[in-house]
Amino acid sequence: MATREAPPLPKTPAASGAIDAATARSWLGQMLLIRRFEEKAAELYSAGKIRGFLHLSIGEEAVSVAAIAALTEADNIVSTYREHGHALARGLPPGAVMAELYGKANGASRGRGGSMHIFDVGRRFYGGNAIVAGGLPLAVGLALADRLRPRPAITACFFGDGAVAEGEFHESLNLASLWKLPVLFLCENNYYAMGTALDRHQAETDISLKGGAYRVPSVAVDGMDVMATASAVRAAAEQVRSGAGPFLLECRTYRFRAHSMYDPELYRSKEEVEQWKRRDPIALFRARLEGGGILAAAAIEALDREARAVTDQAVAFAEAGEWEPVADLLKDVYARELPCG
Amino acid sequence: MRMTYREALRTALTEALSADPRVFLMGEDVGRYGGAYAASKGLLEQFGPDRVRDTPLSESAFVGAGIGAALGGMRPIVEVMTVNFSLLALDQVVNSAATLRHMSGGQLSVPLVVRMATGGGRQVAAQHSHSLEGWYAHVPGIRVVAPATAHDARWMLPAALREPDPVFIFEHAMLYPEEGEVGEEPGPLPLFAAAIRRPGRDVTVIAHGGSVGKALAAAEQLATEGIEAEVLDLRSLRPLDDATILESVRRCHRAVVVDEGWRSGSLSAEIASRISEGAFFELDAPVARVCSAEVPIPYPKHLEDTALPQPDGICAAVRGVLQPAQAAGAKA
Ligand SMILES: Cc1ncc(C[n+]2csc(CCOP(=O)(O)OP(=O)(O)O)c2C)c(N)n1
Ligand SMILES: [Mg+2]
Repeated sequence: MATREAPPLPKTPAASGAIDAATARSWLGQMLLIRRFEEKAAELYSAGKIRGFLHLSIGEEAVSVAAIAALTEADNIVSTYREHGHALARGLPPGAVMAELYGKANGASRGRGGSMHIFDVGRRFYGGNAIVAGGLPLAVGLALADRLRPRPAITACFFGDGAVAEGEFHESLNLASLWKLPVLFLCENNYYAMGTALDRHQAETDISLKGGAYRVPSVAVDGMDVMATASAVRAAAEQVRSGAGPFLLECRTYRFRAHSMYDPELYRSKEEVEQWKRRDPIALFRARLEGGGILAAAAIEALDREARAVTDQAVAFAEAGEWEPVADLLKDVYARELPCG
Repeated sequence: MRMTYREALRTALTEALSADPRVFLMGEDVGRYGGAYAASKGLLEQFGPDRVRDTPLSESAFVGAGIGAALGGMRPIVEVMTVNFSLLALDQVVNSAATLRHMSGGQLSVPLVVRMATGGGRQVAAQHSHSLEGWYAHVPGIRVVAPATAHDARWMLPAALREPDPVFIFEHAMLYPEEGEVGEEPGPLPLFAAAIRRPGRDVTVIAHGGSVGKALAAAEQLATEGIEAEVLDLRSLRPLDDATILESVRRCHRAVVVDEGWRSGSLSAEIASRISEGAFFELDAPVARVCSAEVPIPYPKHLEDTALPQPDGICAAVRGVLQPAQAAGAKA
């Protein structure tokens, strides 16, 4: 068992501003839905209903919800393989997401992609990319298209701390900044790239400093605090929307579960995970809402029951889905078939 | 001794690190995580972080650094997690590793070993499942091998480390948990020779890596029908062991090439061409191929299974070449 010092907890800013009950209910409801949905997905994985790779974002729900709350329907989202939370927060029907995890034809990507490749172009959700940092150049291109058409929208691009080591991160930040493109780069820094801790893969562990080399304004925020994250994303998104060029927002968070379902977690201690769980974004938000008299415990319990019910309905939808016929195997490789092979 | 393919690799890595101080292993999560496929589990503890180096997610940089370290007198073993990710490093491979000896007029040598997982079958969809070793086999200046057995997983690595040129070892992801007999000694075959895994007389079934087991399963089935298929494991994809391939085809007069790569522009196309160049007049039927369907590998099991070569499809292709007129749809 590797015993290394736990990474420093981010400094928690004081509660940033007030929140109304409707927003609180919406955000907490979404965070609970992501949590319950993914807990169920883990169970279904053990039951063999979901196969392949399954990456859970449990512990990171505040970032998904806060980030997407700042976007409009016209904005684009580019995501990673750890994207159930992004998809649900974007409003993809939970049934379509669960059916995709099953690989059923009623899944968001007709079952072709599975957990890592959830797409919904109608919601401008440009997917689940399982090549680390592979989404960043696409986000630059989507923003370039919006600039050229022109179309008033920004592109939000999620990626992990691990992606920062790839050339594509650096090339994309530079390009977006050089061309002043409306890209909101959202780094979900959960302090690990698979089993490699941030301080073992980055010479400079303050990711928010990296924007400076490309003249991309950057800020780091406590990603366990949904309100702090939401106000940081709102400010960043406004700046990008104003035409000032890209922005890099580093959200410091933590995954409570293994990297994927295959991971024996040899690289971090239980104590470290427990320490972070004390800053569970759902528990923190809940306590703040209850403490501030914004939502009563009973209302919160009702939200949780609803999250479980929606999850159960999503499972039922997936169970009821059909398998795509084998005869359709070659469908959608091209827009049209040509007579020659 | 019986051990898994994974244990065989670990044994080989352990021996290599023990035997030669110039050898070191680097790649994503090879150390603390123990390797994405657990091939290097325990090696960090045994050899320390200088010799078992976790790298950032920087395929181009760490494959390139492997090339540089080889130029500088070391014997690096670079692990790339999966062939799909190796595409980020393809520039370093094709433009540097493969060219430096030649471009420098023979002054430089790149004794580098790169290992990576390849292939489908685990329902990990279209960015983790492809078999691109045939692309690598296209490139002069590098060598490409594909151990299909635990014994080869054990003994190809030390042989690769003795090569003065870059050697790419493709490990089919489905093979890691497979158990097999591992001999105490290397050989009997040299690194770049093909092996007859099952002698036969009616047809040569040519496969490599994860397809060898499928070809053997097909041969078992065909034997119950009175068809004796010879199964040839390529082992080396560059160079190809033409002599062994052609000798077998000349004896059996029919050939089926199994390749998990896509059919168009594939290694199977190269092999079929070499057979027609070298044994055309010995053939009793056109060479048949069993390849992956021309689709990015889909996630659901039934579609993935259909997309990849399977024993049933190999059997059907063999039956086809035994009835050439029907198979070719030609003259009655
Ligand atoms: C180019 C590439 N290299 C390696 C991998 C294997 N891999 C998948 S996820 C991952 C870690 C990524 O870490 P990070 O970017 O921090 O995202 P997180 O998983 O923590 O959300 C690795 C090494 C990959 N998918 N793509
Ligand atoms: Mg991470």
